[in-house]
Amino acid sequence: MWNFPILPESASSVAPDYDFAFWYEVAVGVFFTLFVLVLVLGLANRYRRGRQVDRSHPPTHSLKLEALWIGVPLVIAMSMFGISAVLYIKQFSPPGDAVEIPVVGKQWMWKLQHPEGKKEINELHLPVGQAVRLKMISQDVIHSFFIPAFRVKQDVLPGRYTEMWFRPTKIGRYRLFCTEYCGTDHSVMGGWVEVMSQADYERWLATEQAGESLVEEGRRLFVLNHCAGCHGENATVQAPRLEGVYGRPVPIQVGDRVEFVQADDRYIRDSILLPKSQVVAGYQPIMPSYQGQLSEEDLLKIIAYIKAIGNRPAPGPAAQPQYDADRGIQPAVEVPGYDVDKPPGATLLPEQTR
Amino acid sequence: MSDHPHTHPAGPASGGFAPVPPALSQTRRAPINYLNAAYSVRSWLLTLDHKRIGLLYLIGVTFFFFVGGVAATVLRLELMTPGGDVLHSPDAYNRLFTMHGVIMIFFFLVPAIPGVLGNFLLPLMIGARDLAFPRLNLLSWYIYMFGGTAALILLIFGGIDTGWTFYAPFSTTFSNTMVLPAGIAVFITGFSSILTGLNFIVTTHTMRAPGMTWGRLPLFVWAHYATSLIMILGTPVLAIAVLLIGLERLFGIGIFDPALGGDPILFQHLFWFYSHPAVYIMLLPGMAVVNEIVPCFTRRPIFGYKFMAGALLAIAVLGFLVWGHHMFVSGQSMYAGLIFSFLTFFVAVPSAVKVFNWCATMYKGSVRFETPMLYALGFIGLFTIGGVTGLMLGSLGIDVHLHDTYFVVAHFHYIMVGGSIMAFLGGIHFWWPKISGRMYPELWGKLGALVIFVGFNLTFFPQFLLGYLGMPRRYYEYPGEFQVLNVMSTAGASILAVGYIIPLIYFIDSLRKPANAGRNPWRATGLEWQTASPPPTENFAVAPVVTTPPYNYDPAEAEQTPWNPFQPEQEPVHVG
Repeated sequence: MWNFPILPESASSVAPDYDFAFWYEVAVGVFFTLFVLVLVLGLANRYRRGRQVDRSHPPTHSLKLEALWIGVPLVIAMSMFGISAVLYIKQFSPPGDAVEIPVVGKQWMWKLQHPEGKKEINELHLPVGQAVRLKMISQDVIHSFFIPAFRVKQDVLPGRYTEMWFRPTKIGRYRLFCTEYCGTDHSVMGGWVEVMSQADYERWLATEQAGESLVEEGRRLFVLNHCAGCHGENATVQAPRLEGVYGRPVPIQVGDRVEFVQADDRYIRDSILLPKSQVVAGYQPIMPSYQGQLSEEDLLKIIAYIKAIGNRPAPGPAAQPQYDADRGIQPAVEVPGYDVDKPPGATLLPEQTR
Repeated sequence: MSDHPHTHPAGPASGGFAPVPPALSQTRRAPINYLNAAYSVRSWLLTLDHKRIGLLYLIGVTFFFFVGGVAATVLRLELMTPGGDVLHSPDAYNRLFTMHGVIMIFFFLVPAIPGVLGNFLLPLMIGARDLAFPRLNLLSWYIYMFGGTAALILLIFGGIDTGWTFYAPFSTTFSNTMVLPAGIAVFITGFSSILTGLNFIVTTHTMRAPGMTWGRLPLFVWAHYATSLIMILGTPVLAIAVLLIGLERLFGIGIFDPALGGDPILFQHLFWFYSHPAVYIMLLPGMAVVNEIVPCFTRRPIFGYKFMAGALLAIAVLGFLVWGHHMFVSGQSMYAGLIFSFLTFFVAVPSAVKVFNWCATMYKGSVRFETPMLYALGFIGLFTIGGVTGLMLGSLGIDVHLHDTYFVVAHFHYIMVGGSIMAFLGGIHFWWPKISGRMYPELWGKLGALVIFVGFNLTFFPQFLLGYLGMPRRYYEYPGEFQVLNVMSTAGASILAVGYIIPLIYFIDSLRKPANAGRNPWRATGLEWQTASPPPTENFAVAPVVTTPPYNYDPAEAEQTPWNPFQPEQEPVHVG
């Protein structure tokens, strides 16, 4: 009963930075509170009625004092802003080696899938030391993904991807909570993050039947939903090819002008669900909407596939209409052939996914 | 002399009460005042007297406070154990915390001090007969009571489960509870706030007594002026947000729900654009009260009057620029977060100015520790804790971990309960002799203040630890390792509940005694103390003229003067 924690565990790479900033601000707060307490009690006691002290000509104002207690709190407040802003930027800047894991929140569970294809509900198994980037979306209301031991939290919105990242540094089992009120079972929409040694993690991945990888499932969905019929190699309909598109600027017809948007997760998701909203310049708005036909999980898989082929060289001029190079289109970078069995995000993960 | 220097001409007649006709004196009737001028129910329900309307508000807010308090007690009982065992259903819990939040915020904290003390005192303090628009004032109360009663009925018969924040798309598309009626109730009640704010602003501008310059206004009036600005500018935005929720819920117009083409973050922007300034609607009137109590109980002028008035306005203005600090993990852009956080830290400056000026006001004072002063000192301490933890939550990276945990719950209860309610109770004690003509029992008063202070800290301090540990708010069930701190919090809540019942009992009990508190038991300087207690309906028999600065106390002289506020006034009250 009396063996209860007072401090949360510290198990991610940002947690020590977080705690440093946190305790700095606690120290400032305690100092200020004690200072006010001493001031109030000290003055109240010294000048309490009946005490023989000098009360002549009590000062009613002092520009110097006002300047002092405007200036000092401002400087201290700015130091608090600075230390927490640096931390915030760190919390929002995932490292390049982070593995991307898609997360779908729904009333009232978390669904996650590893790049290797393994699915989890309300649990997330990770190898220690591996940076992870969660790409999150909700299929109903707003949720929020919170792992106290990692000091990270991010709201999970419907209709839009949000991201958070962390690098677990300590083996252990840590609580996962939903922290945005989401209805009846909000308080039980949580679970565990299990941080394991590399060897244990590999063993865990190898148990159960190995399914398809995330990218491979995405490719299957791409074919199954007839995406490939128009965007694929032997398509008869004129639609932009998707190789080499991900992460690059795409020309969009806006009235009689051409604008460029980044082909990121949001753009691809919108293009599948609202294909008429941002049509690639030089193409007809003939794509049907997939609204209501694809689940959030399916969309994440298809995006993973499109991302995977984003490193392939873009095919011929049919997919890449001629535009001025100086307007932002970079020539597709020639990279070694893509291998679906070895998705790029998983290079740091063990090889034996199948 | 130093105790009532405001009025002119000096002398006993400066009290400004109506001379009582000899015939009445002989029958030993009390002088005519706003309470005994008429007794019919109609004379109360159709009154245009700001003092009676203030009392109507007192009845309303006290009722809603105890309703919200009962909800809080049940919530704390439920949270005593990790599992769900008091309410037996998460839906019941979700409705109950929504009810607690909605009632306490919209029907207690927002109207409490402005509705009761602001209404009662603002005209008295500036030497006016009434507010500028007495009918509008009565209408405000009816709107408030209508909204509050409607909300209460629907909260009891069905309820809503969205939290007081009504976040979309949960509130628009997913909740199956009475969101629409609750929204309408909040929408309607908002007009009560707007009309009160309007009334206060016009009154302050147009109805000040001769000589009551802006530089002589009590800081209570300045604070209510600042509050009124927020009420007028902020409340319409809440009304818009609630209206849009209604449109989406009723007609499926896509505003907030992405499935309909809306943006849920937009709702949060609209909501917090009101609801962050609303924090200051609840807090500034608390500061208003402390501004009056501290000089009176230190017997000296308030330190830094101009900075104190400026700080109130600065808080009101800056309060409109920081709403995005509620949304650091909502998915708004990192750069928006940086700017909102940066601006948030500027609110710390006027808040610190207030605290340090209160402290400095004690320097060379003649300090007394009657109940109102205990509440004021409690306010200063607890507001400081609430303020510094608020800065932590306004700190970008630090908020990421603390957001939506019990740390936030603890923080805003330190501001709302430790700040606003402490000040409200301090103010009721301070002005009770003016309002009712009676003193409260001082020993019980001190005991109540102590019980509330201890109970409050025991309830809410453990919640800071819970929040840092990671316990999310709005949780019906929670992991077992959080139980010990939750039991402490529940134990504190039960002490707090007792603490709130004590004043309720002795205030009601004091009404049985004769109204002999006297015109000015605290020997305070404000104009409100220069008229009879309770004041006559027209406030001042002789229109006051102000010739001296506010808070014109003299601590050295006060040391020589007898101090016996609880002795019934020796001089007969109704000398002609």
